[in-house]
Amino acid sequence: MTRSVIRLKTTPEDHRIARLAAAAIALALTDSAIPLPLPGIRLGLANSVTLVALARYGWTAAAWVTGLRVVACGLLLGHFLSPAFFMSLAGALCSLCALALSIRLSRRCFGPLTWSLFAAFAHIAGQLSLARLWLIPDNGLFYLVPLFAAAALVSGTVNGLIAARLLNEPKPACALETRNA
Amino acid sequence: MSSLSPAENKARRAKNAWRAAIVSALALFRPGDWLTLLAASVFCVLSFPLAWNSAAAEKAVIRQNGRIFAELNLSRDRRINVPGPLGITAILVEKKRVRVVSDPGMHQYCVRQGWLERAGEIAICAPNEVSLQITGREETYDSLSY
Repeated sequence: MTRSVIRLKTTPEDHRIARLAAAAIALALTDSAIPLPLPGIRLGLANSVTLVALARYGWTAAAWVTGLRVVACGLLLGHFLSPAFFMSLAGALCSLCALALSIRLSRRCFGPLTWSLFAAFAHIAGQLSLARLWLIPDNGLFYLVPLFAAAALVSGTVNGLIAARLLNEPKPACALETRNA
Repeated sequence: MSSLSPAENKARRAKNAWRAAIVSALALFRPGDWLTLLAASVFCVLSFPLAWNSAAAEKAVIRQNGRIFAELNLSRDRRINVPGPLGITAILVEKKRVRVVSDPGMHQYCVRQGWLERAGEIAICAPNEVSLQITGREETYDSLSY
């Protein structure tokens, strides 16, 4: 038997994305452990990582971080490919679309807070649409819109502030970024 | 300053820390962010009346033995008696709500259900074969399921 070693070539960018995704997954797991009164409402702390990735490394990096987080969290929390997973996927896809649009706004006037609020509202819009079309085909679902909108307002503001605060920190040095390469 | 007790000093420091935190949070806003926050807040406030009044009750349908016995407009207060196999089921409309006030049935489930005020709500007096349902502008499902 010969021992074969499979070695994947990774770029510094892969490491960056992996590190950000790891942070996002840790935050998302912490988040899901915080009890909140209404099921389906969470703080979405991991989204601040997405915002940092978006501001520092662009939309593609943000999409990678979000995608990895959604799949990994699905596996870790045990809802992979269940309705809850598709709900979080729908929310994530809609937020990414909103982020792609909001990042085009003038950076001088609109910062992470605006992106975060756009993403938070897109998130609930995506989730409610999927729930209405697939899980609960009843207009009674729209009774919950105000509650979800209020939650999006709070979590969007909180995450936007966290991201803006993190982005005020100096960018990590290159040496640190490739330390584990 | 030196005349303050340690406890007062601590309280003042905590207060200053809070103020510093708020000031530094406000510094993170860019001009347009206020606009976005305002728009989001307005949307939130408006969504309450929009979502919670849209399916307002319009009329109540009373069925006896499966056939429509009466359709009541909820804006007019009135009392109506529905005869069934066991006796009279009395229904009352008041302040855009409707309820079963008395029923000859044994368990009184439909009476104990109280006021119905939203489209889709229903009270069923099975022994007397009377049902009372509120309908809105559009027909809604009577259950959530998947």
